[in-house]
Amino acid sequence: MDVLLLSRIQFAVTTMFHILFPVLTIGLALYLVAVESLWLVTKQEIYYRMYRFWVKIFAINFGVGVVSGVVLEFEFGTNFANFSQAVSNVFSPFLAFEILTAFFLEAGFLGLMLFGWERVHRSIHFLATCLVSLGAIISAFWILAANSWMQTPAGYKLVNGKFMVTDFSDAIFSPSLFARMCHMTMASFETSVLVVAGISAYYLLKGNHPALFRRSLGIALLMAVLFVPLQVYLGDVSGRQVFHHQPTKLAALEAHWETNTAGGAPFVVIAFPDMEAERNRFAIDIPNGLSLLVTHSFHGKVLGLKEFPRKDRPDVPILFWSFRLMVAIGFILLFVMIWAAVLWWGGRLYENRPFLRTLWVVHPLGFLATEFGWITNEVGRQPWLVYNLMRTSEGVSPIPAGNVVWSLSLFLIIFAVIGTSYFYYVLKTLRIGPDLSSPLPPVQRRAGMQPLKAKEKGTR
Amino acid sequence: MDLVAIWSGLIGLAIILYVILDGFGLGIGLLFRSTRNEEERDIMMDSIAPVWDANQTWLVFGGGGVFVAFPMIYGVVFSALYIPLLTFVFGLIFRGVAFEFRGDSTRKEPWNKAFFFGSLVAVVAQGLTLGGVLSGTRVVEDHFAGGPFDWLNPFSVTVALALIAGYILLGSTYLIIKTTGTVQARAYDRAFRAAWIVLAFQILVTIWTPFHYPSALSNWFSPPRIYFIWVFPLIGLSAFYEVVVSLRKRREILPFVFSVVFFFAGYLGLIASVFPYVVPPSITFQQAAAQKETLSFTLWGVIIVLPLVLGYTVYSYTVFRGKVGTERYY
Repeated sequence: MDVLLLSRIQFAVTTMFHILFPVLTIGLALYLVAVESLWLVTKQEIYYRMYRFWVKIFAINFGVGVVSGVVLEFEFGTNFANFSQAVSNVFSPFLAFEILTAFFLEAGFLGLMLFGWERVHRSIHFLATCLVSLGAIISAFWILAANSWMQTPAGYKLVNGKFMVTDFSDAIFSPSLFARMCHMTMASFETSVLVVAGISAYYLLKGNHPALFRRSLGIALLMAVLFVPLQVYLGDVSGRQVFHHQPTKLAALEAHWETNTAGGAPFVVIAFPDMEAERNRFAIDIPNGLSLLVTHSFHGKVLGLKEFPRKDRPDVPILFWSFRLMVAIGFILLFVMIWAAVLWWGGRLYENRPFLRTLWVVHPLGFLATEFGWITNEVGRQPWLVYNLMRTSEGVSPIPAGNVVWSLSLFLIIFAVIGTSYFYYVLKTLRIGPDLSSPLPPVQRRAGMQPLKAKEKGTR
Repeated sequence: MDLVAIWSGLIGLAIILYVILDGFGLGIGLLFRSTRNEEERDIMMDSIAPVWDANQTWLVFGGGGVFVAFPMIYGVVFSALYIPLLTFVFGLIFRGVAFEFRGDSTRKEPWNKAFFFGSLVAVVAQGLTLGGVLSGTRVVEDHFAGGPFDWLNPFSVTVALALIAGYILLGSTYLIIKTTGTVQARAYDRAFRAAWIVLAFQILVTIWTPFHYPSALSNWFSPPRIYFIWVFPLIGLSAFYEVVVSLRKRREILPFVFSVVFFFAGYLGLIASVFPYVVPPSITFQQAAAQKETLSFTLWGVIIVLPLVLGYTVYSYTVFRGKVGTERYY
């Protein structure tokens, strides 16, 4: 186990742990903006109670997200110092802007959002919610700008192994940024509303606080039914970006070995890729499928992996399966949404128990899809740190492997402890359920407010 | 317009802002060990609950600033100080989640411990990092070329201990502002004791530095520094005197103010001693600096956004001003 492999594993572990939390932060913040708007506009107390329930989950989630995120800023320097020094002219401003325009914004207004109920006017509190949400989205923008630059570099020139910036707007708005930004932001929204939907469905199945969770579910599904199909489309857009700019990644994730010279390239549905032999075993494929997918024509040329030297090829089995699992989840969720639409049309949405049970079962899938997507993205970029320009092996810090054995072991233990605690406290919050009886803070009470009806206060 | 000088100043400012703002937060964590009951701990946590995250963000900004402006230092220092820096992060993780998890617990004891130990580990690691940087790093052709434990020596351990005392001082004087009754009374007591310990350590470290870092002595006694370097210990001693006096007189805000001045004096004195070497003994600010376009582009961002950040930070503190009330955040 050398320092390169250990550092890669550590970076993977820390990012795969961290990403779970911002995904929920970004999506749940948007949901909270929607709920608080409804509270301000309709004056119905139920929306205030909904907000205060879902924000408890948000707060726990945000905390873990922050502390796991600080790790990453340090990790560029501790484990990939040579990379950091080589790309800093172009790359470091992305992180600086993220801190300036996003982290400070989120952190600055989070206190007001969580604790300012008695101290600021409703409209200021709503502003705080909006700014935390905005901060989360801006954060995603800068991180994706940084990652996209690594995938499809632009606005630079390479001088003696050091990247010099030539044009910042080209570097920031690199070719793959827009597609990636849309796809990842939508992934966050989709994952989060499914979580809300799943939890709400669970409460409805149990019959607890039906009024509050019917509303929660309704709002979540309304958003989900828009987000899920849109995400399938955005996935296609991302895929075509990869086809244009990262041919080795595309060929590897599709296990496409031979460039198609006569006729279209087949889409491989299932197979067991063999990297040594450069072929797929037990493949089931759809003729012309791949050409259709990435070139939108039946006979479009798709470069095969054999066009590229072996040392430039990423790991095909990992990519092939992670990509397919991500897409499979996307389509499972699409079918669930179609089912939801049918039920809604028939007026049986909240009563159909198989549907509610399905929502509960599928609600964590967004997180899985996000992880598979990032695995595809990052493993597919290998062996490069900066695609086609700097190899991962060139970027590692000049430190002994022992350092990373130490830190990786600790990260695994710490994340296990923190992750378990996170689940424990979220489940505890869910078990306690929404607070329907604490008095409203004076600034939140309004003339013409519609209080909770008597039946809404009960559990059955 | 010297971009390198401006960036040096910016990063210097971010670092001291972080040290003060998270200093009192970490100090409160350190004080957890000697609290008497859960109510006292609730009050102490609530005094920083709405602001700790924004305070910690100055650290991230400082680190980001170093990455932007002095990438060679970022790379070299983060490789050289791998172990203390990641230890610092581990401490911050536990300190950070303790807020939320403790708030949601009925049995708070495990998270009380996490809050204390997380803060302690973070502070010790910070001290070892600072001491380690002052102890020198081996650099060969712009990259780190030393060993994994170069930073571990009696000097850096002493700096760590000094920082523990210093943050306890900041934490307890902050509590004086935010609390009343028994919690405040105990804070006065701890602040008083901490102040003397900090003074002792400050003197010790000041005397030790030139032995550990030889060019400091020659820096001190040669022009132009010989003309003004004595200002810093003078301000430091006066600030210390004022801290002790204002504590005696039961003043509420002045102890914190003068503790901050005390910190500033030590910090500026340190910088004045090692300047222009950013990573003693070998790299200067100019050598480590990034491409001019990077410095200026990012600086524009800072000029536009940082005043806004400072503005809403001040607003946030204003909203949560005053004593910790009876409503509990956690």
